[in-house]
Amino acid sequence: MAAEVYLNVAVSGLLTGLVYGLMAVGLSVIFGVVRVVNFAHGEMMTVAMYLAIALFNSLGLDPLVMAVPVAGVLFALGYVMQAGLINPFITRPEYSQFMLLIAVAIIIVNVLLIVFGPDARNVQTSYAFDSFLLGPLIIDATKVYAGAATLVITAALFAFFRFAPLGKAIRACADNYTGALVVGLNVKRLYALTFGLGAACGSILVLLVDVTPALGPALTLLAFIIVITGGLGSMVGAVLGGLLIGFTEAMAGLFFTPSAKSMFSFGLLVLVLLFRPQGILGKRVL
Amino acid sequence: MSARLLEGVSRRGIALLAVLLAVLLAVPWIANDYLLTVLIIALYSAYTGQAWNVMMGFAGQLSLGHAIYVGLGAYAAAALYVHFGIAPWLGLAAAIAIAVACGAIIGFLAFRFGVGGVYFAILTIAFAEFARIGFDHFQWVGASSGFFLPVANYTRNDLWNLRGDPTMFYYVMLALTVAAFALCHVLLKSRIGYYWLAIREDEIAARSLGIDTFRYKMYAAVLSAGMTAVAGVFFAFYYNNLFPEQVFHISRSIELILGPIIGGIGTLFGPLIGAFLLTSLSEAMQELLSALGFDAPGVKQVFYGLCLLVVVIALPGGVWPWLAGKLHVTRRDP
Repeated sequence: MAAEVYLNVAVSGLLTGLVYGLMAVGLSVIFGVVRVVNFAHGEMMTVAMYLAIALFNSLGLDPLVMAVPVAGVLFALGYVMQAGLINPFITRPEYSQFMLLIAVAIIIVNVLLIVFGPDARNVQTSYAFDSFLLGPLIIDATKVYAGAATLVITAALFAFFRFAPLGKAIRACADNYTGALVVGLNVKRLYALTFGLGAACGSILVLLVDVTPALGPALTLLAFIIVITGGLGSMVGAVLGGLLIGFTEAMAGLFFTPSAKSMFSFGLLVLVLLFRPQGILGKRVL
Repeated sequence: MSARLLEGVSRRGIALLAVLLAVLLAVPWIANDYLLTVLIIALYSAYTGQAWNVMMGFAGQLSLGHAIYVGLGAYAAAALYVHFGIAPWLGLAAAIAIAVACGAIIGFLAFRFGVGGVYFAILTIAFAEFARIGFDHFQWVGASSGFFLPVANYTRNDLWNLRGDPTMFYYVMLALTVAAFALCHVLLKSRIGYYWLAIREDEIAARSLGIDTFRYKMYAAVLSAGMTAVAGVFFAFYYNNLFPEQVFHISRSIELILGPIIGGIGTLFGPLIGAFLLTSLSEAMQELLSALGFDAPGVKQVFYGLCLLVVVIALPGGVWPWLAGKLHVTRRDP
């Protein structure tokens, strides 16, 4: 195989990895702040994707434009979930939180199955088959747009957490729960806000993959792999982890068979868990 | 042994147990094939729930990938039977050995490197998914197109080769469930059981009291894996077909742990009660939904999810501790 093939696959994998990374940033933010592992993360992403498809089919809006209202709806969903369901579970044992979110995940997957059926759906944008030529590279236009949008959103998120007072307040909650309470922060509301933000991160995914109800659990696992590889709680780590997994899967698909590609992600996860359990950029020691 | 079997059980509890066992033994004479099939499913999930409970309920290690042990057991025994004609009772030994080895590897890696809690759960999922995709490409056992055991019309029950009618499978599953129950009861009343509970409640305190926590967590992981593999062998010979996408899928692992969680984690009766509750509820639900002409795929699972949600929110300890209080059968938990 020529070098261009490898290069093309690598670039395409990295662009996909960017979008994966954003989804994982959502999970990472939720864990970093609320300390609850969102086991329904991928399922909430599929809700966003179905919403985007429904909007696309009825209004003909571009998924990139729709990412904004879809993110709004997901934000509301996450907010309500945290405020109504998860806040009472903050002090419960880990497995109890797990079961709560698995229950939510099971319900989401199967309600989607009842409403939309088991068939794969996607959006047919006008630029679905366009591509950019860059020297020897042929890059899929959809992936470029999705990657660019992801970069913008990620940058905005970073800025929000670094500079906005609200973002600083959320970081304060993550840092020291009791301290945050003492200085008068409304921790439960901030938790709900965080959950909404985290959930809203995945609305661009719809451009890249065909959605089926069964995609939810797969995305949850993918987000976990990325976040643990990069370092749970670290946003930069999540972005890096996304790039790494996107690259690994693309290469595995090229060298072996595409159906075996997630085996390599799982293999990578096992290695990271064993030799650097805090992740590539994680600081906390287990 | 037998003295230990009855230790700490109230007289009332023994009477209730005897009645329950008598009813379960008599069922094939009364029940039709449908009810028998439902009971086999219930007993199967009670057994696997009990096996999982050893690891999570007793030793406090949350495994979300138990499907890997079911799958390894099922494929090992089925492959030996189909390719070499080795009877399932002999294949069972191989199945247990493979699952135990796998459980030991996962346990060793996790416990040695200090992977705990949520990370451990995700590690177990990762191994199960790894196995699922691996078996999808494993040609010797049919890969993703499935692995089938020969099915013929048997005139008589062949217990040695596990070929026969539902009644035979029912008794096999009942025997397994009773054996698992008795084993867990004895274990809980012995030194190892107390060590496990100590580790579950506070691992650091347990270690500071001189308990070799690594070793006892390994025992729990290995025992749980071996017990689950036995259920896998049963699964293979009862259903006669195996698909990696079904056997190893994460939803299998989740189904497996629903029973003990709803029944009551860490209790002996929890897995039993949870399995019977869930199976009967889901069958009743199925009947009701098809009677109403509302038979969309997924409705049953939504119901499962809602059940789980209600139990997790309202009865954090599960149904059994609450029920046991009502029946006045336990002097102390579990």
